[in-house]
Amino acid sequence: MSQINRISGGLIDRDKTLNFKFDGRVFEGHPGDTLASALLANGQRLVGRSFKYHRPRGIVTAGSEEPNALVQLRRGAHQEPNTRATETELFEGLEATSQNHRGSLKYDLMAVNDLLSPFLTAGFYYKTFMWPKGFWEKVYEPAIRASAGLGRLSGEPDPDTYDKGFLHCDILIIGGGAAGLSAALTAGRSGARVILAEENFRMGGRLIAETLELGGMSGTEWVTETLAELTAMTNLRFMPRTTVYGAFDHGIYGTLERMTDHLSSNEQKPRQVLWRIYSKRAILCAGATERLIAFGNNDRPGVMLAGATRAYVNRWAVTPGQRIAIFTNNNDGWRTATDLTEKGVEVTAVVDTRDGPARVTPSGASVVMGGRIIDTKGRHGIRSLTLSNGQTIPADCLAVSGGWNPNVHLTCHQGGRPVWRDDIAAFTPGDNLPVGMTVAGAANGSLGLAGALAEGGKAGNVATQDIGYSRSNYTAPKTEEEAVGISAFWYVKESRQRSWLDLQNDVTIKDVQLACQEGFSAVEHMKRYTTLGMATDQGKMANVPALAVLAECTNKSIPDTGTTVFRPPYSPVSIGAFAGRSRGNDFRPYRLTPSHDWAVEQSAVFVETGMWLRARWFPQPGETHWRQHVDREVLQTRKSVGVCDVTTLGKIDIQGRDAPAFLNSVYANAFGKLAVGKVRYGLMLREDGIAMDDGTTARLSEKRFVMTTTTANAVSVFRHLEFCRQCLWPGMDVHVISATEQFAQYSVAGPNSRRLLGRLVDPEFDISNEAFPFMACAEITVCGGTPARLFRISFSGELAYEIAVPTRYGDALIRVLIAAGEPFDVVPYGTEALSVMRIEKGHPAGGELNGQTTAHDLGMGRLLSKSTDYIGNTLRQRPGLNFEDRPTLMGFRPVDRSTNLTAGAHIIAKGKEATMENDEGWISSVASSPTLKYSIGLGFIKRGSRRLGDVIRVVNPLKGEDVEAEIVSPHFFDPDGERLRV
Amino acid sequence: MIIDHPLLGPRDVSEFVYLGDASLINRPDSQNENAAKHFYEYLYLRENPAGEHRELWYHEHGDRSWLVVTRDTLTHKITRVELARDTALAAGRNK
Amino acid sequence: MRNSGFKILTEALTGNKGWKANWRQPTPKSAYDVIIVGAGGHGLATAYYLAKEFDITNVAVLEKGWIGSGNVGRNTTIIRSNYMLPGNEPFYEWSMKLWEGLEQDLNYNVMVSQRGILNLFHNDPQRDTFIRRGNAMRLAGADAVLLDREDVQKMCPFFDFNSSRFPIKGGLLQPRGGTVRHDAVAWGYARKGDELGVDILQNCEVQSFMIEGGVCKGVETTKGSIKAKKVAVCVAGSSGRVMAMAGIRVPIESHVMQAFVSEALKPVIPGVVTFGAGHFYVSQSDKGGLVFGGDIDGYNSYAQRGNLPVVEDVCEGGMAIMPMIGRARILRMWGGTVDMSMDGSPFIDKTHIEGLYFNGGWCYGGFKATPASGWCYAHLLANEKPHEVASEFRLDRFSRGHIIDEKGMGAQPNLH
Repeated sequence: MSQINRISGGLIDRDKTLNFKFDGRVFEGHPGDTLASALLANGQRLVGRSFKYHRPRGIVTAGSEEPNALVQLRRGAHQEPNTRATETELFEGLEATSQNHRGSLKYDLMAVNDLLSPFLTAGFYYKTFMWPKGFWEKVYEPAIRASAGLGRLSGEPDPDTYDKGFLHCDILIIGGGAAGLSAALTAGRSGARVILAEENFRMGGRLIAETLELGGMSGTEWVTETLAELTAMTNLRFMPRTTVYGAFDHGIYGTLERMTDHLSSNEQKPRQVLWRIYSKRAILCAGATERLIAFGNNDRPGVMLAGATRAYVNRWAVTPGQRIAIFTNNNDGWRTATDLTEKGVEVTAVVDTRDGPARVTPSGASVVMGGRIIDTKGRHGIRSLTLSNGQTIPADCLAVSGGWNPNVHLTCHQGGRPVWRDDIAAFTPGDNLPVGMTVAGAANGSLGLAGALAEGGKAGNVATQDIGYSRSNYTAPKTEEEAVGISAFWYVKESRQRSWLDLQNDVTIKDVQLACQEGFSAVEHMKRYTTLGMATDQGKMANVPALAVLAECTNKSIPDTGTTVFRPPYSPVSIGAFAGRSRGNDFRPYRLTPSHDWAVEQSAVFVETGMWLRARWFPQPGETHWRQHVDREVLQTRKSVGVCDVTTLGKIDIQGRDAPAFLNSVYANAFGKLAVGKVRYGLMLREDGIAMDDGTTARLSEKRFVMTTTTANAVSVFRHLEFCRQCLWPGMDVHVISATEQFAQYSVAGPNSRRLLGRLVDPEFDISNEAFPFMACAEITVCGGTPARLFRISFSGELAYEIAVPTRYGDALIRVLIAAGEPFDVVPYGTEALSVMRIEKGHPAGGELNGQTTAHDLGMGRLLSKSTDYIGNTLRQRPGLNFEDRPTLMGFRPVDRSTNLTAGAHIIAKGKEATMENDEGWISSVASSPTLKYSIGLGFIKRGSRRLGDVIRVVNPLKGEDVEAEIVSPHFFDPDGERLRV
Repeated sequence: MIIDHPLLGPRDVSEFVYLGDASLINRPDSQNENAAKHFYEYLYLRENPAGEHRELWYHEHGDRSWLVVTRDTLTHKITRVELARDTALAAGRNK
Repeated sequence: MRNSGFKILTEALTGNKGWKANWRQPTPKSAYDVIIVGAGGHGLATAYYLAKEFDITNVAVLEKGWIGSGNVGRNTTIIRSNYMLPGNEPFYEWSMKLWEGLEQDLNYNVMVSQRGILNLFHNDPQRDTFIRRGNAMRLAGADAVLLDREDVQKMCPFFDFNSSRFPIKGGLLQPRGGTVRHDAVAWGYARKGDELGVDILQNCEVQSFMIEGGVCKGVETTKGSIKAKKVAVCVAGSSGRVMAMAGIRVPIESHVMQAFVSEALKPVIPGVVTFGAGHFYVSQSDKGGLVFGGDIDGYNSYAQRGNLPVVEDVCEGGMAIMPMIGRARILRMWGGTVDMSMDGSPFIDKTHIEGLYFNGGWCYGGFKATPASGWCYAHLLANEKPHEVASEFRLDRFSRGHIIDEKGMGAQPNLH
């Protein structure tokens, strides 16, 4: 019984047969088929279940508006939920399964919901499930969640790759039907750069789905001839299988091209490509979408849009049924009858809601003018229909045409509102279109072929002329202009059965009426209360009929009732495509320091610091715990010498006559009198008076300074300096440039650091304590002429230097430093040892400079410049930043030295309850100090400096910790800085 | 969005970093007796119109120019782009 | 009319004919004790609590469109009280407690679902900040649990634990966090407020304030003048525009915030999850859609739509943390206008104009605040002094320097 519904003709390749599986059964189809056409060819009418009532569902459309035929496509990690069978190209070995049923598709246990439908009306869940309290979350909701949803994610990482790209063009044409192809002809002939995007895998739109003649040719022949001309144009890019899903600002269109979805295997190519198309003009030729008429049990498998019926018969050579009835409110129903008859398919009835004479009478068919279908029968698919006059008509397919909605979606993405046209009973584009967009053809409400051809050709010409190209010759081919002849008809009032509007979400006429009865009469209320139009098809078919029902309930016209807002995407786009290649280890780029390769050789363990990877510690054989690495690195540095890569600190070169004045204004402490050859610590405030960043700035010459920033703030500080320079003080002679990437910089710290450096600094440079004291800096050479900068600064509290060389020498320098340090047992140290030493020394870092603390909070009040107008000086004086109780930075050590402090713990007075009211501060950084041999912490506590020696509790309810600690100076180690100056 | 940089031509918005109201150029005089009030208003009470807005953008992934962009906050249409330094100089800021 | 299982039963058997409109469509009176401008979640909650808790029932809520058409109808439905600063935490915890009894209070199922909110951390400094925050929550009486990597893996095995780019180190979980059916919040408050006598006036846009001698005496609307002893503005997203009509500048910028929903899927994500190394948070609705978002676009806008860079950034974050969602599709993306304040915290305060009150500046987090915001605003209107949990939300806090800056970003609204 293979392909029992296959008929003659069509655009399929009968020479090849494709095997595919649906719910485990093997079927055959042909290249050119969609999964939907192939299922219909094989007589498979039941393809899914609806969302709420689990009613049987069949294929109802032939395109991206499909609400019913959603399948789980492919297997394993490649499985893709909610995939529209109507858009899925058939390929060899395709596997699909139906969704949303418990038990088999045919005997779904959840179909019991359908029997309960009187209770499950619109919004019923808002009125119940509240008793007893607590049952909502424990009982009702889990049950609802379990039965909700449609398809299923595999739960495994998406195995495919996705790419992103940017395209630029003069004209973007959206849609490759009659209007789009005509626009492409005129735009392409002008020489403009044109992109033609079509969501289907085959260009032509309705031209290849209908039996229309134009210019003496069939639609398909005209499309073939037109494509021959267009594909020869080098200025035109064809993009089939490409959905323009959104219109964004300034002519940018979001676009998804499906590259390998139609193949059995992706052959290592990206599955989809997300293009951003930058266009000067766009022509929307997106066609129109047909809608149903609502009547009793109009949701059974076999009920299908009339246009889709014709598409299956004409394009895919498949008849959706053996005995087809037609229900229409416009002339398309009759065109359907003609096409079916020509193909030899039995038409059992034509029921037209309009009065008047029949247009044709297919042999054997009942023709009923002014007819109403009130009910259908058939458990898993329609078997017959009943008219209001009592007549029962057999049919295994009912083709319904309720008129067409122009696809105005993209015209609304930037706030445009469509306008109602009574003559076609539909919304058409308003006048507030996205800048640069025009609309042609059915999307513009020109539902006939002649209109589409003419409008498309004209739109192409207008757009190209608009941007300076000359007009091209174009004569639309002659064709018969067919009137739509629609008489608005939305639903059969005589029906006593439920009449569906939204087939996927199970919203019926009664639901809309009930919403209105309950006060949800604004269109957005109705939508949200009933969930109409919120399914995967976003109400492409349902919205307008529902609006008509609502309009009737509220005694308003349809345009006065309004329309819901169309938002991107036009049809759903995979999240993977939006992410592209930015996932896994490629989520964000890595920044690597110049010593990275060397550190890898040393088996360093790395830590992420923003985008940077920094060596965290350098494990040695025999060590089993990270504390061993860190303790050794700290102790050896303090005992002899250690080297640490500090390249990641921001480095900003500041030059100009006014550089000193500039620094004086951006730093909160005075910089004007810094001598050449000297370095100074600098604290920078935001304009609101809160500390922004700290670092050092060295004066290399009269007009040249080098600033360092923290790693975290390198970018924002540089941006801020540019703001100050360009926007606040444009008259200053000062220039700044980031040199973070240009210099490799190492800290050489410890009592032997000078001796180590002495082995590589070229002899003409004297780095003795006298010639090069603490806070000195100089431009020197090392290793026989390699340029370098030397700064005698210390973060560790030891005699220390930072040495910078051009980045290309960075790898060489770390090797030289380690080799030169061999006699001193030099140790490379990582960020953890760096952090331990700075906490021992009491230097603030990220935990303290957290954007919430002032100079006073940090214990740096005395540093503030008295006289100058620096950034932050005015607003830092506000009372809220200066009241007595503000927590200030102090040191903490546990009374019982064997216990540990935890960063993030809060401070509570002894004997008081641990509550917010008694909260006196928090611990911001901790270290297990190998130097002091106990846990130490920095933290902020109210009235800190006056409470030196007090014992408080450090509480950490998250971990159940409650530790007594003593308030001490934050400078645990060498508080007078003697070691720095030796 | 696309910002038409006065020196570099049209550039995608992702090359830029936003700051806000271009009045942030007009930093008050800290020596004024009402400096506290002026700075409060300068920093916290910014222009926030539904319509044409002059605003600062920084070409971070580009030439590091600060720009004053005139953009409609209802439509996102950009009608003017200037170098902020020129704007600041024209406003008499020449320190 | 009381909702109950019995009522549903009897209605079902009699054709659902007996359901009444949830709120009246009254004609405006000439004067009210209190006019609330804006029938969003906060405005409707304010009216309800005024009537219920403070016996002020001569109240009108004015809405230029349909009720709930602002940010209560357009958000990612998350509730949580995981704040760090004492100016914030008690307020949000009070809000959480109100959520926990709201269904019974309103006799309306707003579907409060406390499935937990998990904030991931990826390095030690982030962990330390979370510990500080978690402890602040615990000290304020809220719930918080610190999870290590293994705990997180048990809870969300679908995260990418193999990636070495920003590996997951643990997370801060608030078990009582979760989601609420957002539209129903507006409807529930409206229905109950209406029952207590509040007039809800839809399609009634305020065009100006009647201010005489420094006193606000009412409003001019598209439905005529309406006098009031007190006028309470509650229009987050439009705060700048509306307050400008009273000649008041507020420390707020209007920004666009985008959010996204996927097609319906069988349940995969237990609660709310936020990624700590990118801009991404997600939950799954009862219908099965993944509801997610990330950063705001970052520029002033009233256009209610965003642009692609943020869409892509959010999805990159999503794929980095849970690469199983690659084949799920975005069904709808939307942008709402949010009031970004200068420190990321809101305002519930009197203005310098007598009789004119202001509630706004909720940034992108106003939804979870709805009950407490309404209660505290009602308290302010009734008692002329701030509720103790909202006592820091003052308009003059910037001039005084009492900023409530959870993120430490300073006066840079697009970074909060």
